[in-house]
Amino acid sequence: MSKILVIAEHLGGKLNSSTARAVSAAIAVKGDAIDVLVLADNVDAIAVEAAKIDGVSRVLTVARPENAQPLAAVLAPQIAKVAAGYSHVFVPSTTFGKDVAPRVAALLGVAQVSDVMSVEAAHTFKRPIYAGNAIITVEADANHTVVATIRSASWAAASNGANSAPIEVLAIDAALPTHTRYVELKQGSSDRPDLQSASKVVSGGRGVGSKENFEIIYKFADRIGAAVGASRAAVDAGYVPSEMQVGQTGKIIAPELYMAIGISGAIQHLTGIKDAGTIVAINKDGEAPIFEIADFGLVGDLFKLIPELEQVLG
Amino acid sequence: MKILVGYKRVVDYNVRIQVKPDGSGVVTDGVKLSANPFDDIALEEALRLREKGVATEVIVVGIGPADLTAHLRNGLAMGANRAIHVLTSESVQPLTAARVFLKLIEKEQPGLVILGKQAIDDDANQTGQMLAALWDRPQATFASKVEITDGKATVTREVDAGLEVIEAELPAVITTDLRLNEPRFIKLPDIMKAKSKPIDTIEFDSLGVAAHDHLKITHYAAPAKRSKGVMVKDAAELVAALKQKGLL
Repeated sequence: MSKILVIAEHLGGKLNSSTARAVSAAIAVKGDAIDVLVLADNVDAIAVEAAKIDGVSRVLTVARPENAQPLAAVLAPQIAKVAAGYSHVFVPSTTFGKDVAPRVAALLGVAQVSDVMSVEAAHTFKRPIYAGNAIITVEADANHTVVATIRSASWAAASNGANSAPIEVLAIDAALPTHTRYVELKQGSSDRPDLQSASKVVSGGRGVGSKENFEIIYKFADRIGAAVGASRAAVDAGYVPSEMQVGQTGKIIAPELYMAIGISGAIQHLTGIKDAGTIVAINKDGEAPIFEIADFGLVGDLFKLIPELEQVLG
Repeated sequence: MKILVGYKRVVDYNVRIQVKPDGSGVVTDGVKLSANPFDDIALEEALRLREKGVATEVIVVGIGPADLTAHLRNGLAMGANRAIHVLTSESVQPLTAARVFLKLIEKEQPGLVILGKQAIDDDANQTGQMLAALWDRPQATFASKVEITDGKATVTREVDAGLEVIEAELPAVITTDLRLNEPRFIKLPDIMKAKSKPIDTIEFDSLGVAAHDHLKITHYAAPAKRSKGVMVKDAAELVAALKQKGLL
């Protein structure tokens, strides 16, 4: 029977919501046990959070100074060791999971199923190819461990609070390489909601016109309590940093409300938002492709319409 | 230092993908094929490293059928010194591709292997990481900046939280993200020059790599479509509609 190991993603001592989403996919396997593995330097606070996720059987922790930063070359040998007793290893399909999971799969000598959208059976999954323009059903070899990354936008986070899974400390005998070293993480400091887990997202595109003009997007997002995203065009033009990019090669998100402002809607952008609950498009070009998938469209000048929206909101 | 570059041929990114009505695959007959865009970026980065004097030779690698030669010629026209064509009529999954690269690494002893972070057909995003694991060397995925000094690569990586900088001792595997560079255009005289550049053809079976596919694709389907919604006339109507749905 199936035993699933879910690899916890965390940053700054906090569990990322992508972990609870991967647990949802693990629950869909209908196996016997779901264990969450926390690799960090200080594991305690992260492990306590993970133990609260419903459906989790045990939380396993490996506390080592080498695990302070998420270096794939360092984490993968440890995960591969722990994976020995499991039928499945699930990792969030974030840049963290995309980096580390294939390294684990190769160490185990098995294929990886990337971006799992649905679990059809213990070894049968659906995943997107061609930027989401086709969905394939894949069968993994039932004689091998399944390593899979879980597409966060396809899974709601497993509920949280009722559970209190036991936390166990693991000692892993794995030689860790020193050939890869972490230098730094440059991130914009922001008090706004996290783009990947926010229930509302306001994104700006090339139509916003400049870095300075992007203030109107930030201000409106703050007004409605939304995270802020951007199209690739806006990132490439230098209006905003790359971590704000929404789309096929940026973040794939599924907020309840997505507002695309001054975004024409290239296919690569639409790939990143098509699981959103409600999509609103505001664009001066009534023929823009974004209107083909928007639930509500409003044609006009964003610099006139956004202040009007704020006024109506009171 | 030699640089090995993965150079995959895929359905051109401008082609609108159609799933066959019987769910057996996507329509590829007669559609335009091009280099995987991330692989063009990988090749461009390798060429720039050679132009800076960091690398001496750039080798493009393709795995595929006999007619892949024309595609590899494009890589040579862009500026690679030579090409290796691993000949097979079968499609190759990422773990198999990584094992093929490892065999070529044993032979060529490159200081750097640069691959696209993913191919835009299967969107797997695996081969570079798998290769680094099998080779037991560093990986620097999703690179948006690469600097080579003193036998190490300092790589800026586009991650969800921002820009992460890591140091990797060479030899290493780097996978490219979109903002690493803008690939050059191929000029006509270079196409002529490329005709005389060498392409080594290696039979896949001669490499001793197990080719069994671990993943079986059983069905292809078109994605669920979002239907077109309604146009509202002004800000007030939009706010009212969103309030009615409990979104504001």
